[in-house]
Amino acid sequence: MVGIVGYGAYVPRYRIKVEEIAGVWGMEASRIKDSLLVEEKSVPSLDEDTTTISVEAARNALNMASEVDPHEIGAIYIGSESHPYAVKPTATMVAEAIAATPSLTAADMEFACKAGTAAIQACMGLVKAGYIKYGLAIGADTAQGQPADALEYTASAGGAAYIIGNSNVVAEIEDTYSFTQDVPDFWRREGADYPSHGGRFTGAPGYFAHVLGAARGMMNKLGTKPSDYKYAVFHMPNGKFPLTAAQTLGFVKEQLMPGMVVTKIGNTYSGSSLLGTAATLDIANPGDRILVTSYGSGAGSDCFSLTVTDAIVEKRGRSPPVSYYVNRKKYIGYAIYAKLRGKLRGFGE
Amino acid sequence: MKFSERKRDVAIVGVGSTRFGEHWDKSLKDLIAEAGFKAATEAGIRGKDVELIVGGNMSGGMFVGQEHIAALVADTMGLQPTPSIRVEAACASGSLALEMGFLAVASGMYDVVLVGGVEKMTDVYTSGATTALAGAMDLEWEAYFGLTFPGIFALIAQRYMYEYGLTREQLALVAVKNHDHGFYNPLAQFRKKITVEDVLDSTLVADPLRLLDCSPITDGAATMVLVPAEKAHQYTDTPIIISGIAQASDTLSLFNRKSLCTVNATIEAGKQAFSQAKISHKDVDLVEVHDCFTIAEILALEDLGFCKKGEAAKLYEEGEVWVGGSLPVNTDGGLKSAGHPIGATGIKQVIEIVHQLRGESPEPVQVKGAEIGVAHNLGGSGATVVVTVLKRGD
Amino acid sequence: MPQTAVPAHWRKYKERYLLLGMLCETCGKITFPLGSVCPNCRRAGKVKPVRLSGKGKVYSYTVIRAAPEGFEVFTPYVIAIIELDDGVKLTSQVIDCEPEEVHIGMPVQVCFRKIREEGKEGVICYGFKFRPADNSWKP
Repeated sequence: MVGIVGYGAYVPRYRIKVEEIAGVWGMEASRIKDSLLVEEKSVPSLDEDTTTISVEAARNALNMASEVDPHEIGAIYIGSESHPYAVKPTATMVAEAIAATPSLTAADMEFACKAGTAAIQACMGLVKAGYIKYGLAIGADTAQGQPADALEYTASAGGAAYIIGNSNVVAEIEDTYSFTQDVPDFWRREGADYPSHGGRFTGAPGYFAHVLGAARGMMNKLGTKPSDYKYAVFHMPNGKFPLTAAQTLGFVKEQLMPGMVVTKIGNTYSGSSLLGTAATLDIANPGDRILVTSYGSGAGSDCFSLTVTDAIVEKRGRSPPVSYYVNRKKYIGYAIYAKLRGKLRGFGE
Repeated sequence: MKFSERKRDVAIVGVGSTRFGEHWDKSLKDLIAEAGFKAATEAGIRGKDVELIVGGNMSGGMFVGQEHIAALVADTMGLQPTPSIRVEAACASGSLALEMGFLAVASGMYDVVLVGGVEKMTDVYTSGATTALAGAMDLEWEAYFGLTFPGIFALIAQRYMYEYGLTREQLALVAVKNHDHGFYNPLAQFRKKITVEDVLDSTLVADPLRLLDCSPITDGAATMVLVPAEKAHQYTDTPIIISGIAQASDTLSLFNRKSLCTVNATIEAGKQAFSQAKISHKDVDLVEVHDCFTIAEILALEDLGFCKKGEAAKLYEEGEVWVGGSLPVNTDGGLKSAGHPIGATGIKQVIEIVHQLRGESPEPVQVKGAEIGVAHNLGGSGATVVVTVLKRGD
Repeated sequence: MPQTAVPAHWRKYKERYLLLGMLCETCGKITFPLGSVCPNCRRAGKVKPVRLSGKGKVYSYTVIRAAPEGFEVFTPYVIAIIELDDGVKLTSQVIDCEPEEVHIGMPVQVCFRKIREEGKEGVICYGFKFRPADNSWKP
């Protein structure tokens, strides 16, 4: 058995509305909101980055799993596409900040928005094989949205941390299945400020091929169907894609609603499906089954089938739930947004 | 120190200072030479007479990239092979130099000592100066988080206002008074009177302190000649005696002080200096205190014991601290109006008292019949304080 | 400015990341920062690091508007002296609120943030900051 011993979330406080961004480029905000099913997105402060978000989420996870001594964490993997250093792992800084050093392995992962779930799989392997007692997997990002690009409305910041182990779990991970192919739907070259993407190409050959492939593959392997699950979480690049994927697979909208954080905080990239899962676990009952499917451009999806246990009742409430972070907000305009996201040149350089 | 064990009294027989201000055309060396030769000329001494040089300088290294200031001073004045010492205690470097010079002469082992202070601050941008000045606080636990010197004194002012109800208008009176005095000082950086409204209208630097609450960035040098009091008549008819000098230390960081509103080093140094000079507060005719920021002057008057903690504001509202009042403070404009070249300030403060005791200050700011003066020089946020008591030697 | 020294940053990682103070086993006092000498007992004190409470109150504060090098992009920012529940005081920034909201006595809790960068190519310096204490999420 392997499962989630504890989890924690973190989302920065600032928000910028679709109307603010649309106004700058002369676009119709209501059309954009309807097509993306996104109202606003989170914006990190100048003193926040993937490291700080990861630390806050990890500390929250440790507060939930209060029986875990950080020194017992045998592995830390952090998945992001906005690691603060190109070379120097975020994982070691987080390890130091949660007092887990020095007896552990650590590394950073990159697979666009699914690097966090890849981190979970790595921890699962080490735990199940008996190499480590606990593994910490984090997915976090401070995504950069190119000015005037469609992704500017959704590229946001946030993350979630999961402590993987085999005792006192709040949710058992019954199995995992991944679907991976080389598809150039969205990428960023070294040194480029912003990613490039294939526009509409990111849909069917990208997101849908892999999300559907992984979810179907997982359910085939386990012999389950959508109605066996109380909830489902899909990667949320916007609000439309996960609902479309759900409908295609045979899930109903209600199964997705607790996890649909994208509407209020945007796409937290490596944090997306992990925050959706955390939000779902925050309200799930013992015995509920949850199907989680991430997606990372480039491309691949990791799917997990979870069963919530009794332990969640006692452990919940020790850390702020996702809803606390979603509702804690301060609106900013485009000028401050541009300052915070470093879009102004010749400043602090 | 065992003041009573001194072999002899020490007198100041010559002083000299550059104008304080932005001297784009003068280097560190130029400032040193100008002040040094002025003091030597006034004392009527030649280079070969100088037996020891003690110079105060906070950071030649960070402002102009120059260290080995002790040697630089001797060399600039052509005084080699005379021994030279450089002392540093941030903004108290000048009075520290005086203290060391005093010990040298009082010990009986040196007869003619040149003490001075210098700072050249305008070769760097304001942000560079702010960074250099931050070296006077705890680098690892104060400056690391983005604290500045105005910020340090703003933390003090904020807490003082909270504990004692000091208002923004009352605090502004410190700057107004110092500009009222500095107006008559030919060597002052600013010679312009200001109002309370001017202070309250000036740019916020670190809430609640505004631009006109803060002493400026200044270039300048000041020097004095010390000799044994018993030989002073060979140099001047108006020797000024150092009747008390004491130094005390406190924690480097502000957060580790027992109280933000009290500078314990001032209390300690002040008590000792007054005891050495055998004076009480009513004997003091004028005071030069360290008004690096307006709030610092308020604290200094209280910690020196001229009034109770929390009550200094009354002295300003009742006009007691202007020339003509019962306790004139900073008759040369203090640091705010005269300028604050860090290393030179401690010397400049004593020079002002020398002028006053000699009766040679400009008439509008001359304290009539002044006999005893006190100088208070503070380093950093109060980690070093030197208090000096001076009296007429004639 | 000496702050570019990488070893100097690294030496303070644990203290700045974990909010460590100093416990003197001889007299029982907790002080800040971590050092080698108890301010009470001096050489007679046997000292060791201790994790400080992440909760406290604002003891005094100011808003920095004229920043030192490396902090220009952050203005205006709040710096405060925080009094922790342990009884120690320290200096830190107060974030996640408007400067106008900060007041003496305001309860705060610790968080982990970026302090500054040594330019675009240098190391990133992290440490503790404080945000308004918020227990609204507690069930």
